Amino acid sequence: MSDLVVNDVSMVFDTPNGEQVQALHDVSFSLKQGELLSILGPSGCGKSTLLNIIAGFLAPTKGTVALASTELHGPGSDRGMVFQQGALFEWLTVAENISFGPQMKGMPKEKIDETVDHLLQTVGLQDFGDKPIYELSGGMQQRVALARCLANDPDVILMDEPLGALDALTREKMQSLVLKLWKETGKTIILITHSVEEALFLGEKLFVMAPRPGRIKKQYSLPFADAGLTQNPRDIKASPEFISTREEVLSMIWEMEEEIMGLATGTGG
Amino acid sequence: MTLIQTLKHKIGFGTDGLTKRKTVTFGDTTAVSDGRMWSFLSVFVLSIAWYLGSALELVNPIFWPAPSAVWDQFTAISQDGYRNFSLWEHIWASLYRIFVGFALGCLIGIPLGFAMGLSELMRGWFDPIVEFFRPIPPLAFIPLVIIWSGIGERSKILLLFFAALWIMVIAARAGVGSVKLSKIHAAYSLGATKRQILMHVILPNSLPEIFTGMRVAMGICWGTVVAAELVAAESGVGFMIMAASKFLATDIVVLGVIIVGLIGYAIDILMRKLEAKLIPWKGRA
Repeated sequence: MSDLVVNDVSMVFDTPNGEQVQALHDVSFSLKQGELLSILGPSGCGKSTLLNIIAGFLAPTKGTVALASTELHGPGSDRGMVFQQGALFEWLTVAENISFGPQMKGMPKEKIDETVDHLLQTVGLQDFGDKPIYELSGGMQQRVALARCLANDPDVILMDEPLGALDALTREKMQSLVLKLWKETGKTIILITHSVEEALFLGEKLFVMAPRPGRIKKQYSLPFADAGLTQNPRDIKASPEFISTREEVLSMIWEMEEEIMGLATGTGG
Repeated sequence: MTLIQTLKHKIGFGTDGLTKRKTVTFGDTTAVSDGRMWSFLSVFVLSIAWYLGSALELVNPIFWPAPSAVWDQFTAISQDGYRNFSLWEHIWASLYRIFVGFALGCLIGIPLGFAMGLSELMRGWFDPIVEFFRPIPPLAFIPLVIIWSGIGERSKILLLFFAALWIMVIAARAGVGSVKLSKIHAAYSLGATKRQILMHVILPNSLPEIFTGMRVAMGICWGTVVAAELVAAESGVGFMIMAASKFLATDIVVLGVIIVGLIGYAIDILMRKLEAKLIPWKGRA
């Protein structure tokens, strides 16, 4: 099985003025294939750094990342990325964007067409294959981004605030789509988000990270993602259990933010 | 009333319903239409002024010829040619030079700009060279170029190559710089190789900047070729102007100036049309 193992990962940056920043400190966790992890945390907690290390865009100063028992070095098509926005290729049509990965790998044309048709269906864009990207709404563009990532059939999907720029209503619809795709494809997903509600609703597991140094402060195992596959998302988000967890996480992040502010004014003044 | 309204709208001298209700229009660029009507009017007024000025003999024709004199020269030269070449050969001589010089500038400039955008070595190595030559007007090289290769085609093409080169280098470098990191990361995660990323991501992504550079370069090249022909040439629109001035043939000079202006205008319109066709996503990403 394609388990993802992050072992003892640390990341230290040198800033231009000679200071050292510990972006990540001894982060370890493992995900079984098909698990959905969401990561929350105040800015500067190293969540994006962690995602970039797993994606292979950054090499950690210490520790390893392994997928299916193979240590990872550099990016690869076994880990797909979905970015917030603007990562689609606007000079290509929707279908051409989705087929980018298979095309680069030289997959036969019939196979590509088949994959693209199937994925257009899956994300609900069957009539938009020939449209240019810039004619699509933000929500539709993110559907294309999901489809483009899936076209390559990666083992892990890394999402860096994929829904962050969408309006509230579109965002809820997209959350349900992410859950649907997760269930249908059985992919391992790591999702970074700023929205506590989204993190709780989508994450089977949730890490709340803390800054200075970046680390996992608290881990949760949550029932909401599974429930979201069958129940109305609104009901889940209104359930007492959901609300109490949300408040707990929110106040944890609030405290961290206050601490950062305190530190900032403390050192500054 | 409504007919006049639509007519006004058609030629760009009307405001739509919403714009009419806007109370704040100064600074709101969406409330400023292209004013096509005024363009027609300005051309019309200038033409009338020219016509009246010469009809009433307000200016000496040696300083500024009558429209009819320019027109007569136009018909005469387009039939009999001027100084061993037909009018079209003069125009073609100028156009040919800019096309070749411009194409060479693109051919060398774009890859060089890409290399400078992608490699520290190339950027560092070529940066002082590019930044030194860029602000020098190409015309400053005319004496050198003539010493190197005479007053034939080669010297003009070399000059235009120089004029286009730096602009294209900088445009291509800016194009590479404009590529969003997330696009590059996405492409790597989709399994693309470096070469594929260059050809399928960086190149198309930088087309808008490259095209803007091409438009600027074309404009500079056109101006430079005319100026170069003024100094030393045996054909070309600039040569026509220069040769005519020696005989105080102001009507031919003005004819040449008008041809230069019209062709420059036409080239830019053509480039803009091409841009809209080839890069429809520009400014909409």
